[in-house]
This record gives sequence, structure tokens and C-alpha cells, in this order.
Amino acid sequence: MLDDFMTRAALAGVGVALAAAPLGSFVVWRRMAYFGDATAHAAILGVALSLALQISVFAGAVAVALAMALTVTVLSGRGYAMDTLLGVLAHSALAFGLVAVSFLSGIRIDLMAYLFGDILAVSRGDLAVIWGGAALVVGLIGWRWSALLTSTISAELAHASGIDPKREQLILTLALAITVAVAIKVVGVLLIAAMLIIPAAAARPLSRTPEQMALTAAIIGSGSAVIGLHAAYALDTPAGPTIVCVAAIVFLGTSIFQSLRS
Amino acid sequence: MTLIAARNISVDYGAHKVLHDVSLAVEPGEIVTVVGPNGSGKTTLLRLLIGAALPTSGQITRKPGLRIGYVPQKLHIDPTLPITVERFLRLPGGTTRAACAIALEHAGVPDLSQRQMSALSGGQFQRVLLARALINKPELLLLDEATQGLDQPGSAAFYLQIEEVRQKTGCAILMISHELHVVMAASDRVICLNGHVCCQGTPEIVSAAPEYRALFGSGTGGALALYRHEHDHSHDETCDLGEEHTHSTSKKKTEAAE
Repeated sequence: MLDDFMTRAALAGVGVALAAAPLGSFVVWRRMAYFGDATAHAAILGVALSLALQISVFAGAVAVALAMALTVTVLSGRGYAMDTLLGVLAHSALAFGLVAVSFLSGIRIDLMAYLFGDILAVSRGDLAVIWGGAALVVGLIGWRWSALLTSTISAELAHASGIDPKREQLILTLALAITVAVAIKVVGVLLIAAMLIIPAAAARPLSRTPEQMALTAAIIGSGSAVIGLHAAYALDTPAGPTIVCVAAIVFLGTSIFQSLRS
Repeated sequence: MTLIAARNISVDYGAHKVLHDVSLAVEPGEIVTVVGPNGSGKTTLLRLLIGAALPTSGQITRKPGLRIGYVPQKLHIDPTLPITVERFLRLPGGTTRAACAIALEHAGVPDLSQRQMSALSGGQFQRVLLARALINKPELLLLDEATQGLDQPGSAAFYLQIEEVRQKTGCAILMISHELHVVMAASDRVICLNGHVCCQGTPEIVSAAPEYRALFGSGTGGALALYRHEHDHSHDETCDLGEEHTHSTSKKKTEAAE
């Protein structure tokens, strides 16, 4: 079954969507959308470094994404507004990454594959990394669900319940770095944030509880991946962006549904 | 037995001393209010008591196994987060539906459990926060300006609810407030804070203390009178304006709050 490239691509897309759904919900609730974007942009530097050092792209991307996220966490609240800080770091990391890639003249790199993903070229090995990473992210968030939710609602209430909100923030940061690294192959660094935010935002009008929202986001994300993939095949369009387009259309649909209902 | 006691605590942020040499204790069943101007360290003090921050020096002792309920100043739940009142009350876990229902009853909002948090009015929201603080049957309830954003009738009703909670559950209450006249009437003991404890005692003693008058001016020295005059209608001229304002708008505001 895994011999078919379309099957592997669909499984890769669904794997990323499943990890992105609960994490993306937190990204939306905590207003971390730009934070997700910044972490993803930094990952291109990780890709360049790992190609230069000849280590796995996944490991390099996780390391740089994590370093980026931790830097932002440490620097925030020291004189610059969060969005300024993220803007500086995200675009600097992207620029340094692109410059670093240009030095790697010995190796022929398809930069487009890292910027927009190359889901049709997913190998069995990639699939193992994607599903392994996705399982790790879902497991991590599932394990800390109540504590994460409490500290998302209020740091003070979390303290009063014996939860350390800083530790929960760190867990989310870690999950974000892993998700970015596994999603590079599927949608590329420029569209990872879209996979995090759009399904979660589309799920919002259909949900009454946080759990429903995460679950609905998973269904919307997976559906978008499968439908987007087939649409890309039929229309001969780039797969990653097509998946994001399908998710965006679902978002439009649920938004209209909400405004009709209210 | 004393529930919680702070001994000679100081907090510095760099060179800035937020609190210095503050000592206080809360006994079972009493209502203690901390008043003080902006920047006097009230919120810092409360953060120390719930354990969200550590003092630079001094120590805080709690009765072993002390159950604390905490009502925050205000809480913003992002509208993108869908959550029912009941689900909110059951966070972070281990709370039964029955316990939620009892807590909502005690907080005076028994019918809200299936409503969305984002659809509540200001007054309802604060009562849900109160219900959440009551869920684990606290021996000590801490409130940080819990009526901020409520209008005058709304906050008066909220403080009456607090008094009722004390009668029903017997818990001690430590609260921070700006609203001097309501607070003075509802407290057993008042602590006037401005970096250090200026004065403390019964509302009558504190409102007569020169330290208190120096902080809040002689106009609010009549804070107690402002409350009392609502019963006997003998008041001085400084209170007149405030009273008229309250009477003319209170009905409308009550409707808006609900």
C-alpha cells in the first residue's frame, strides 16, 4: 500500500494535520500565531545548517526552531513588544537561512522544496519521522491537556492550582518545534503556520468546548490534506499550497455558517 | 489556629522596594480587607500569599494542608476559546458535576452551567470566578479587586454574596479593594497598605487613623460615613454628589449588569 506515492502523501498530510490540530488550537487561544510563523521561518536556517553539517534535516530543524522559540521566550518583555521581537528574529533567521543555503554550492538544493514542501516526494522514512513526531506532539499535549488549558486561561489561576505556567509554555514551545520540523516536507516553512491556524480557526464556530474544537480541527485538517492532494493531482497545482487553499475554503464556509446563525 | 501568616516580608524589584517589613495574619472565619493606593504592593502581597511569587526576605507560613480559593482581579478568556461554565469550573480536573452545581449555587448563579463563558455579563463572570474558588471548599478565600469593572450596585451585591459565602461555608476571606465604603462596611478588620502596613484594625479604628487619612484624604475619611448615611441619611456635603449620582443611575445600571 505504501508503494503508491499518493497514499504516502495522504498519510503524511493526515499525520501533520493530526499534530497541528490540538497544537494549533492552543496557538489560536494564546494568540501565538505570529510565534508559530517565526518558529517556522527560523527552521529554514536549521535546514541549511543540517545540510552543511550533513545531519538529518529533521534534527537540524527541530534544534533551530527550538532555539528560536526559547530565544523569543527569554527576550520577551525586555523593552521590545512581542511582535517587533518576532518580526526581527523571524525574518533575520529566514534571511540568514537563505544566505546560508546559497553557500552550499557543492550540493544541489531545491530551495522551493523546503519553502513550499514536497509532499509527493515523501518516502517511507519520512513517513516514519512524520508519524513519530506527530504521535509525540499529540501524546505531549494530551498528557498536559488540563494543565495547558488552565494556564492558557489564566497564569494566576494555574499558580493557585499548583501548575507552573512557564513549564506549560515550554511544553507548547517544544511541541511547536517538533511540528514545524515534521511539517517542512509536507507544506514547507512558509505555510506551516497556515496548517496550525486555519483548521483550528475553522473549527471554532462549530465547537462548544476546547476538546470539541481540537477534534474538529483534526477532522478539518485531515480532510483538507486528502482533498487538497487529490485536487492538486487533478488540477496539476503545487500540493502544499492546494491543501492550505482547501482549509481556507472550509474556514470561509464555517465563518459564513456562524454569521448566518447569529 | 492561624490560617496564613506573613512575617517581616520584603519584596524588591531591583532598587525599587515594593513591600518592606510587612507582617499580617488571617484567623479562621474573619474577613480582612487590604486597602491602599495604586502601586502600594497590594497585588504583590496577594501573589506572595497564593505562592505565585517569593518574597526577597521574610517568610510566609501556611497552616499545613491549607485549602485556598482564589478570585483573580479580572480574567480575559479569548473569544476564540469555546468553553462552557461547567467545563471551566472542572479545570484542571478531578471536580465532579455535583460539586460544580453546589459551588454555582453558593455563588448565587445556579443556572449558568451550560452557558459559554464568553456570553456572560461582567457580574455573572465574577460570580463564576467566585464559584470556581469555592469548589475545593477553601478555608481561606483570596480576592484581588474582584469587583473591578462592575458598577456600584453590582459590586455591592457581590460583597453581600461574599458575606453570605462566609456565613454558609465559614471560610476566612482576605480581599483587596479600592471601593472603600463597601469594604469598610463588610470587613472585620482592615489593613491599610502603602509599601508597609500603615495601620490596621477594625474599620472604625482605621478610618479614624491619621495614616489612613493621609493616604486617602479627609474626604474619604468619611468613607464609613458614606456607607452609614445610606441608612440614616445624615451626611456631610462632600458625600452629596456621590449619593445623587448613585440614586439616579442605579436602576438602569442594575439592569445593564444582569
